[in-house]
Amino acid sequence: MRTDRIRNFSIIAHIDHGKSTLADRLLERTGAVSEREMREQVLDTMDLERERGITIKAQAVRLDYTAADGADYVLNLIDTPGHVDFTYEVSRSLAAGEGAVLLVDAAQGVEAQTLANAYLAVEAGLEIVPVVNKIDLPAADPGRVSEELAGVLGGDPEDVVWISAKTGKGIDDLLDRIVESVPPPQGSPDHPLRALIFDSYYDAYRGVVSYVRVVDGTIGTGDALLFAATRDRQEVTEVGVLLPAATPVASLGPGETGYLITGVKQIDRIRVGDTVMSAANPASQALPGYAVPKPMVFSGLFPSDGEDFERLREALDKLRLNDASLLYEPESSRALGFGFRVGFLGLLHMDIVRERLEREYGLDLVATAPTVEYRVTTNDGVSREVRSPQDMPDANAIEQLEEPYVRAMILAPSGYIGTIMELVTAKRGQQVAMHYLSPERVELSYDLPLAEVVFDFFDNLKSRTRGYASLDYEPEGYRQSDLVRVDILLNGQPVDAFSTISHRDKAYEYGKAMVDRLRKLIPRQMFDVPIQAAVGSRIIARETVKARRKDVTAKCYGGDISRKRKLLEKQKEGKKRMKMVGSVEVPQEAFISALQVDQD
Amino acid sequence: MAGGPLGLETAVRPDAPDLADHFAGARGVYVHVPFCARVCPYCDFAVVEGAEDQIEQYTAAVESEIESEPRWHAIETVFIGGGTPSHVDPSVIGRLIEAIDRRFGLAAGAEVSIEANPEDWSPAHAAAISETGVNRVSFGAQSLQASTLRFLGRRHSPDQIRKAVRVSRDLGFRSVSLDLIFGAPGESAEMWRETVAGAIDLATDHVSAYALTVERGTPLSRAVRSGAAAPDPDTQADAYEHAATQFARAGLVHYEVSNWARPGHVCWYNMVVWAQGEYLGFGLGAHQHRAGRRSWNVRRLETYVARRGIAVEASSETLGPLERERERLVIGLRRRAGVTAGRLGERWATTDEFARLRQAGIAGLIDGRIIVLDPLRADTATRSLAGLTGVEAPDGS
Repeated sequence: MRTDRIRNFSIIAHIDHGKSTLADRLLERTGAVSEREMREQVLDTMDLERERGITIKAQAVRLDYTAADGADYVLNLIDTPGHVDFTYEVSRSLAAGEGAVLLVDAAQGVEAQTLANAYLAVEAGLEIVPVVNKIDLPAADPGRVSEELAGVLGGDPEDVVWISAKTGKGIDDLLDRIVESVPPPQGSPDHPLRALIFDSYYDAYRGVVSYVRVVDGTIGTGDALLFAATRDRQEVTEVGVLLPAATPVASLGPGETGYLITGVKQIDRIRVGDTVMSAANPASQALPGYAVPKPMVFSGLFPSDGEDFERLREALDKLRLNDASLLYEPESSRALGFGFRVGFLGLLHMDIVRERLEREYGLDLVATAPTVEYRVTTNDGVSREVRSPQDMPDANAIEQLEEPYVRAMILAPSGYIGTIMELVTAKRGQQVAMHYLSPERVELSYDLPLAEVVFDFFDNLKSRTRGYASLDYEPEGYRQSDLVRVDILLNGQPVDAFSTISHRDKAYEYGKAMVDRLRKLIPRQMFDVPIQAAVGSRIIARETVKARRKDVTAKCYGGDISRKRKLLEKQKEGKKRMKMVGSVEVPQEAFISALQVDQD
Repeated sequence: MAGGPLGLETAVRPDAPDLADHFAGARGVYVHVPFCARVCPYCDFAVVEGAEDQIEQYTAAVESEIESEPRWHAIETVFIGGGTPSHVDPSVIGRLIEAIDRRFGLAAGAEVSIEANPEDWSPAHAAAISETGVNRVSFGAQSLQASTLRFLGRRHSPDQIRKAVRVSRDLGFRSVSLDLIFGAPGESAEMWRETVAGAIDLATDHVSAYALTVERGTPLSRAVRSGAAAPDPDTQADAYEHAATQFARAGLVHYEVSNWARPGHVCWYNMVVWAQGEYLGFGLGAHQHRAGRRSWNVRRLETYVARRGIAVEASSETLGPLERERERLVIGLRRRAGVTAGRLGERWATTDEFARLRQAGIAGLIDGRIIVLDPLRADTATRSLAGLTGVEAPDGS
């Protein structure tokens, strides 16, 4: 295929600005999907994505388009996620193309992720096609938004394409603009093969399926391949394109995007970001690839049924195949048994991974309170990373404690500055900068402890600004902090699963909330059960679950015998779901409820 | 009375172990009379209101159910429960007792017990019942407080309770018992103390005191679900402990979780049930335990009457030896006399869970018997039996 007839591009946008709807419309307009097949948001294949209305995994699809000049083009669309947790996936998608459609809601205007994604695209050297979407909305103000966009990108407001992905208005203009503005790929068919693996997934029947973008050379069935990073050799059993249904082709040439199957079942033999080369004639240099993102949030994941530990490991292995950001190592808890300490990009990522594990792999999981990665220097001068409260050394052995900070960018209507400042101050943030995008919209920058941002910060921000504020953030190094470990004790026994690391000023808040919550969740026992929150040996909060005094059915007549026995059998089942903490019986549900972050 | 068909001495304490064990070999019959003038809001028994026109057909159906039951040993205790057996004409009760006597024979001195509502117990009605051979009457008194009686949907007054007891005494019933209910929402400690004192003044031979329980599907349960106050377990525990202390002082011996009796006045029928003994059951929703098989009848009056008491069994079960043994412990532990430990009980006594029960003062193993020391927490004890097999080693937790 002639490379000058290929265009590889992504769509980038703030969440909810209509990216997936636009993808649907492009598929429909180019005939990739018939109207009958057209479900809303075809590219969001995972149930979870449909339910949450967000895009998690990048996907690639080929569109055949006859442009205004009468020539036939192949447009490879790489869909990207729009949530701050998934910046990494956005970068990956961008690396596979030459252009990016920057989509902005005509009513909302430029948002934090619009900026963040635009900067990523500029850094990747992509041609940006600015687009205002939802021009059909009554509140749409495409003129103003075009000016905002031009201000950010440094162009002419006249160059912004106006569309409604919902009604299809302006779609042809956009397709022509993509052909016109996005440069064709540069590679040569004569150079040795270099193809970038930008995504992959595991298929139960076919093994590992990789999405690739060929840069130089060609890749065809039967070719012997060398994977640059792993030095692994494999043979191509099938290559193809996504129309969006997987369709085999004889080969993929420079600039083309498609899938690759080598029949390999071991998921660790394929690494996203790796370069595929020819085994016979390897290229001298691999493609840049991408740095694997560093997980920001850590949580223990434990199977409710201890026997599911191995299944959990297998499920994580499979998820990791197309989620390189997923990091995990075995962990054991006295209260919860064997599980994994898992690293996530953020809380949404954590939720999604957990839900996928439960839904796609049929696991029932308990997750411990999420934590960030702290840096501890002990008295002997040794520094190390701590991702789990259990690993925190004794307070008197600690020389210095540091926690990760982020630089947060908040875009909001200027009327909300006061309430945002109030929130940020409560979250230990410091203002770095403030500048007005327009008299009505302001961009605020803050340095904040990551631990404060990852939990309920975004929800808080949204509710304080009636949904008008948007947020993006990036790591800003470590800073020294007055941190303590808060332990929760049941009947004097610490329950490792409930320990957390907290700023000293917030320790009481956490301890009190946890103790109150547990008092309601732990059933009355044979004995009084004191529930305490402690920092070191100092008790900061206490409640008591009084011993159960009455636990007997009033009557037992002839007809009750069978009923009583069945009740007992049920209780036996219930007993299996009890965990013993010392002599205290704690129902599995109590762990789950107590550990739910978004309570109270 | 001095000695009955069981050869019991009046001097035997109601909580004596040999008395408790003795009833494992006794035979009982339960007959259900489902009719009520008004169904109480907390009741989940097989009961009907406003179906008086069905009484004749129902009685005939029960008679034929009794006739069709394979013959058995002579019966030592009959319990006519409800519903409200005092709501039907005494002749109905007479026919039911005759049918039992005809089919199985009543042992000499057998206990024949009936449940009655105080407002039904006129001297004439009571006398007629006495004529049928009924020798024990248990009154659904529930409370001696007018307001509690109203809450419970009862139609009698505290005075009618006193009169009913007096009438029974005058007619020479062998045992008179009161049923009481404590812990209704809104009942103060003081109100319950008055009920307990009033019950003691009546000097009955037997008292049952039950915690008000919210049973599924009852009007009470619907009320609680839509926000009405639910009984409070701690208030109920206080009420129970008060009653237990006062009854003991008055010479009533605590012999089962909810039952107190003077020597010679334990309820035989219930003692059979708690000893895992065998009993036949006739009538709507009645349960039966015969030859190791438990079965129970349909609960719909129309069905029972339409089938004329034939093939009215709704379902049944026969337990394996381990389940049966576990059941023996679970039911038997309700008695203050406890239960002989047996192999399973001895195995239980060696577990960590049992050690915790012992430490918490809930249960113990004393002279080969498992005894529940805190009857208010009897189910805490029996629950720990749930996973126990007695054959394999206990799994620890």
